[in-house]
Amino acid sequence: MSKTNLLQFTGQSIYCSKAGVHIDPWQPVEKAIITHAHSDHARWGSKHYLAHHDSAPILRQRLGQDISLETVGYGEPFQINGVTFSLHPAGHIIGSAQIRVEYKGEVWVVSGDYKLEDDGFAPAFEPIPCQVFISESTFGLPIYRWKPQQQIYGEIENWWAKNAQEGKASLLMGYALGKTQRILKGVHSDGGRLFAHGAIYALNETLRKAGHDLPELTLITTDMDRKQLAGSLVLAPPSAGSGPWLRKLGPVSTGYCSGWMAIRGAKNRRAIDQGFVLSDHADWNDLNTAIQATGAERVFVTHGFTSAFSRWLREQGLDAQEVQTMYGNEEITETQALEAEPNTDMKSSD
Amino acid sequence: MKRFSELFSELDRTNKTNTKVSLLKNYFMTATDEDKLWALTLFTGRRPSFKINRKQVREWATEVAQIPEWLFQESYQNVGDLGETISLLLPPTRTQEPERSLSEWFDYLGKLPSMDEEKKKEMLLAAWEALSPQEIFVFNKLLMGSFRIGVSQSLVVRALAEATGQPTNVLAHRIMGDWNPDSTNFYNLIHAENLQDQDSRPYPFYLAYPIEADIADLGEPEEWFAEWKWDGIRSQIIVRNQALFIWTRGEELATEKFPELHFLVERLPHGTVLDAEIVAWADGKPLPFQLLQTRIGRKSLTKKTLSEAPIGLLVYDLLEWKGQDLREKPIEYRRSLMEQLLNADPFLGPVQLSPLIEFSSWDDLRELHPDSRSRQAEGFMLKRKSGPYRVGRKKGDWWKWKVDPLTIDAVLIYAQRGSGRRAEQYTDYTFALWDQNGKLIPFAKAYSGLTDKEIGQVDYFIKRNIVEKFGPVRTVKPELVFEIGFEGIGASSRHKSGIAVRFPRILRWRKDKTAQEADTLDSLKQLLVQYGL
Repeated sequence: MSKTNLLQFTGQSIYCSKAGVHIDPWQPVEKAIITHAHSDHARWGSKHYLAHHDSAPILRQRLGQDISLETVGYGEPFQINGVTFSLHPAGHIIGSAQIRVEYKGEVWVVSGDYKLEDDGFAPAFEPIPCQVFISESTFGLPIYRWKPQQQIYGEIENWWAKNAQEGKASLLMGYALGKTQRILKGVHSDGGRLFAHGAIYALNETLRKAGHDLPELTLITTDMDRKQLAGSLVLAPPSAGSGPWLRKLGPVSTGYCSGWMAIRGAKNRRAIDQGFVLSDHADWNDLNTAIQATGAERVFVTHGFTSAFSRWLREQGLDAQEVQTMYGNEEITETQALEAEPNTDMKSSD
Repeated sequence: MKRFSELFSELDRTNKTNTKVSLLKNYFMTATDEDKLWALTLFTGRRPSFKINRKQVREWATEVAQIPEWLFQESYQNVGDLGETISLLLPPTRTQEPERSLSEWFDYLGKLPSMDEEKKKEMLLAAWEALSPQEIFVFNKLLMGSFRIGVSQSLVVRALAEATGQPTNVLAHRIMGDWNPDSTNFYNLIHAENLQDQDSRPYPFYLAYPIEADIADLGEPEEWFAEWKWDGIRSQIIVRNQALFIWTRGEELATEKFPELHFLVERLPHGTVLDAEIVAWADGKPLPFQLLQTRIGRKSLTKKTLSEAPIGLLVYDLLEWKGQDLREKPIEYRRSLMEQLLNADPFLGPVQLSPLIEFSSWDDLRELHPDSRSRQAEGFMLKRKSGPYRVGRKKGDWWKWKVDPLTIDAVLIYAQRGSGRRAEQYTDYTFALWDQNGKLIPFAKAYSGLTDKEIGQVDYFIKRNIVEKFGPVRTVKPELVFEIGFEGIGASSRHKSGIAVRFPRILRWRKDKTAQEADTLDSLKQLLVQYGL
């Protein structure tokens, strides 16, 4: 292609030079469109932000109440310098969006992070026809194939019930933004109480205040009686799995929700009692399904197993290439990068 | 199989000893005798072979998964375990066959060796179709003889004892030794009274802990024996009914490896069990362990090997005498019997009593301790005179007091990913020293010695400082320096450095040193001259 691409990978963002707009920049810029509020996509320091309505309260909580932020709904096109932009559900977390960019009949779509399974909280992913698709590949290897979420919720409920029988609390770890809301929607409490670590509690309150239908959680405080934790479900970010916070809970069984739990080594390394394979990212099959559904002939593969997944797509006859971004992290350390997220962004009240 | 693979993943998930014991106990109380025998086979580290070619298994799995070979490889690298990779890549269970038990699957696998390739493939594919991913994982481990699980023998014995009511020492004795699931059944192995057919059975070794506190805390010196801690192969020599058996501590029957000791069958009465160290030996003196090593790996022993690596036997305990189990008697008593036995026989050649070190105060021992290495010993063994011979690693009556390892500061130059639990991190390192031309020469590999946190930091550095890739090996920018400890040193033509070190491990990360400040190959050669062969 001789002319300049509609979107370019500049080393600081996915950039539309025609419109002068950056998508998910990892360095401060003038105008940024944000796919979703996770901290590897929504970074601090840009002058103007634009995102979906539902991302607003979290972005303000994380990037500052006084940021310049404009919000739009899904499927509401707007123009910047002749380029048409619109946001479409990505199904990853609340407010997550794919960014559709159109200029003179050429359509590019930036996926951000996405999953196809409807989690009942974040609006479900919609395939957007396009010529060029920029896809994540966090779980872009065929070893990652998810079971239906209902089955995982069932596993969590059984684990919780068994712990309750043994008089233990069930400490369930997962990312504060995304995983927690799914668990609150999908796992049935059966009368057991719900407690939360400070990071989870703060985020849940933010979302409740914004009008989302989420149950109230009880904040775990230093002075509370540990005995009432027996039989309850305690929600916490991944970082809570070790150290003094954990020890204060009394008898406890630890669980961890993540796509990485599909691999025995990843599970064992965390020294947790139980891993639940639950992810807010598309698995191998769904990455392929999503890409096929866009009808795109060109695919850029960002963060994840970029080289393997782009090679696979090329062998399927697509014009695919890998792109270096600062999303996620290098394939292996992503877990750690995401883990760092909730606590750097929000003060734990503990 | 469902039941057993569940047991496996439950055991795999917990690191709490009590939970493991109760899981195992529950299994031993509820499974069928056939399944229990197979489970015990696996838990005692016996891995039956089904003559299966891993490469072929891989090819078949790749075919069924309908992915290209490179993508299988990519997946394998990220999982780190072949059996698990296959279980994750195969399409979901498709057949609804009646459930087969663990022993039925072993029967199934037992048919494989006599089959041709085509039939083997058919059998494997049918098995994979019938099993869930979790079961496929365990099945693959059985198939490829790579079943491992984090339960120690003593833990299995405890669970078995709780489930059967048999005493632990009896059980430990019974599950060691030369049996396999085809030669016995669960009842005969665990419950049967008759021990006559079990002449070869060794006793479980009593293992010492390293001494933690000052030796003076052990009490009065008169209450203790001190011996040199020999650097050889810990062994039990058993003579029963005119047959001789040599067991090493790894529970390996090594009788054929040491023909020099076979004459003992003539000299020891029926029902004798010695606990002793096989050492390299010449002119009435022990030699460095490296010499022995030339014999260990060999399939057949030539006259040349025997004459180049002569051995001796240093006897330090008598566990059975004239068919009587002496383990409950104090070592003082056992030792006096042993002295009578060995000193009375002038024809024992390289078989000698391991001498006691004479000392009247702890200071005497402290003074002598640094001499250990020059005597080819690793330090002292301290044994309470009134102590029995216990089972497994126990504190209290025996302590080992080792000399500090030899050390050298070396530069990390190559790294490789670990496997299993560590498949996603670079955990296997190669270290190098400077030669006279200012080049780094690799001299040792080490896998252990760092904390999880340090491994994370080193892994982070490596991922950002890879210079070159050779297959799975990454050349890393030479920057990090580590203190490497090792127990022995010898000349070696197989190593680029010309030197082989024994039990190398990372003692600490020398963050205070730059690569330039690491040690030289010459300093390692100095150690070789001082302590080596």
